[in-house]
Amino acid sequence: MSRLKAALAALALVSTPALAGKTLDAIKAKGQIACGVSTGVIGFSAADSQGQWKGLDVDVCKALAAAVLGDANKVRWVPLNSQQRFTALQSGEVDILSRNTTWSLTRDAALGLHFTAVTYYDGQGFLVARKSKVTSAKQLKNAEICVQSGTTTEKNLSDYFRTQGIKVKPVVFEKFEPSIKAFFSGRCQAYTTDASALAFIRTKEAPNPDDYVVLPEIISKEPLGPAVRRGDDEWFAVVKWTINALIEAEELGITQAKVDSLKASPDPAVQRFLGVGEDLGKSLGLDREWAARAVKAVGNYGEIFNRNVGADSPLKLPRGLNAQWNKGGILYAPPLR
Amino acid sequence: MMLVTLRRRFFGDGLNTALTLLVLAALALCLPPLLNWAVINARFAPDAAACETLDHAGACWGVVAEKARFILLGRYPADQAWRPFLAAGLITGSWLAAAFGWLRGGKLASALFLAPLLALPLLGGGLAGLSDVPTELWGGLPLTLLLTSAGMAGALPLGIAVAYGRRSALPILRGLLTGYVELARGIPLVAALFVASFLLPLFFPDGVAVDMLWRVLIAIVLFAAAYLSEIVRGGLQAFPAGQLDAALALGFNRWQTQRWIVLPQVLRDVAPSLANSAIALFKDTSLVTIVSLYELTGSLGLALAGDPQWRPFYLEAWLFIAAIYWLGCALLAKVSQRLG
Repeated sequence: MSRLKAALAALALVSTPALAGKTLDAIKAKGQIACGVSTGVIGFSAADSQGQWKGLDVDVCKALAAAVLGDANKVRWVPLNSQQRFTALQSGEVDILSRNTTWSLTRDAALGLHFTAVTYYDGQGFLVARKSKVTSAKQLKNAEICVQSGTTTEKNLSDYFRTQGIKVKPVVFEKFEPSIKAFFSGRCQAYTTDASALAFIRTKEAPNPDDYVVLPEIISKEPLGPAVRRGDDEWFAVVKWTINALIEAEELGITQAKVDSLKASPDPAVQRFLGVGEDLGKSLGLDREWAARAVKAVGNYGEIFNRNVGADSPLKLPRGLNAQWNKGGILYAPPLR
Repeated sequence: MMLVTLRRRFFGDGLNTALTLLVLAALALCLPPLLNWAVINARFAPDAAACETLDHAGACWGVVAEKARFILLGRYPADQAWRPFLAAGLITGSWLAAAFGWLRGGKLASALFLAPLLALPLLGGGLAGLSDVPTELWGGLPLTLLLTSAGMAGALPLGIAVAYGRRSALPILRGLLTGYVELARGIPLVAALFVASFLLPLFFPDGVAVDMLWRVLIAIVLFAAAYLSEIVRGGLQAFPAGQLDAALALGFNRWQTQRWIVLPQVLRDVAPSLANSAIALFKDTSLVTIVSLYELTGSLGLALAGDPQWRPFYLEAWLFIAAIYWLGCALLAKVSQRLG
């Protein structure tokens, strides 16, 4: 087995440098970005009844397509399950993995990929039945807790309760749907996943929302964001700065509707952003209007947030940590200059 | 007359009477809530808002109407929907022909082999002015049917060849084939699919890319052929030796004996076991979702998992595809009856 692993590692080493620096060229040549998304996560990436992809992670890829190729629809969507997502990126099947994936050291360092930027700050929480009278995760002694496999959620769960010195029994499910059905049918005393999903599960999928409560504890940091293959700095920079541009656009007040009219703005930061004065795109291998096109295609970060997971969506999540740094959140795009 | 028979059957003696009453009581308990949920309180229109007010007291069959195209055809381009429908129709048609005896013998065999062969270019395009549709967009029912019928069509000839090879006098050939069969039967299909999708591409030379669907199909064929070869080998072993002597006496050579005397009888004898394998394969195709081929169960997931309006009605959609699977299995069971 170890010999096989060594052979695989050697093959991976041989094949990776061949791709270095070429992703952006290949994308331009193909005229299409291959974007790895989920098989359906509400608000982040999901296909609607007509097969159109929608969501926060989806909009990141659309913004990229608009910035790089000038057309937000030039994306090939590749739905990936949680076991498969990293292999698909490593093997070159997708150019970017935009699939609410948590950024962590091991994933960044050991899996041959690079996380580019955080598009959503999440955290893991618990849902319990009200009649259980549990008001804190610390009361979950010996409880059975339903959790989905192949996620950081599963590991956080065991870490958290080990540090608390509390024994719990995780009940692991491969798929999301069976896991919540199991919880609501009483198989487990608690359900755990990212807080962004808990609120929706409680209001929409519980037989009676008032019978369930979300516990106050957030037991982990889940910075979600897109990743690219390691060894291609050019493409890495394009993804990182396109996301930064979406965040910066909100700070500068550049919205989807106002992109064109703001080109007359006297503000030098806005002018730079829209490519009126300086050409910021050149150093990225793009043209001067890349950022303007990205915002025009999907809106700034605030608009993307509200449309997909925020006030204008069924999820109705508060901005919380995902507000701008000057509005009480921790979104802070480095200056585009 | 009927009444008398019924009374004797169901209330003949104490035990029968007790069982009948027990079953009736169970039905009386279960049927009304089921009917209430599935029919009386149910909504049939694809109206999510109306379904939500039901609060799961009744079924929301509207989800099937709303998502039917996505569940049945997956991500196949909507404007080309006739192609997957026709492909599914061809394959189903060949099964129907086998189940109801519309075709027999050689014609039936050709139909069963040709249907998946025709379905492939129909789905993929590139011929006769059909636009190219990459295999990653294939999905839903046509994919389930294609994997089953192409899998069986590929595995049966291979299985027969392996079965003969294992009866060969050459020890090396026999040993190799025994090794293959034991290996293929010794690993789960999931493992074979993982190898096909993740490991194989690493061994291909640079620039050579074999499509995921083909890799998976080859894995399925190799996997199923191992099982089929054992079925056929069992049939060959049970074949009465006297007929071989008779054939020899009549001047048949070895090839003719196998082609005209042994195989037709053996295949008919093992037909129920072959159909059994086909049914198992039909359901096993659902495993290909783990390598991102979205057949019926996979496309159901894609259609519903991320849709805030319709996800709460997963159960109804699952029942819909359960019915499809049941129909498919019933059809294959009928094939086994007819052929056996």
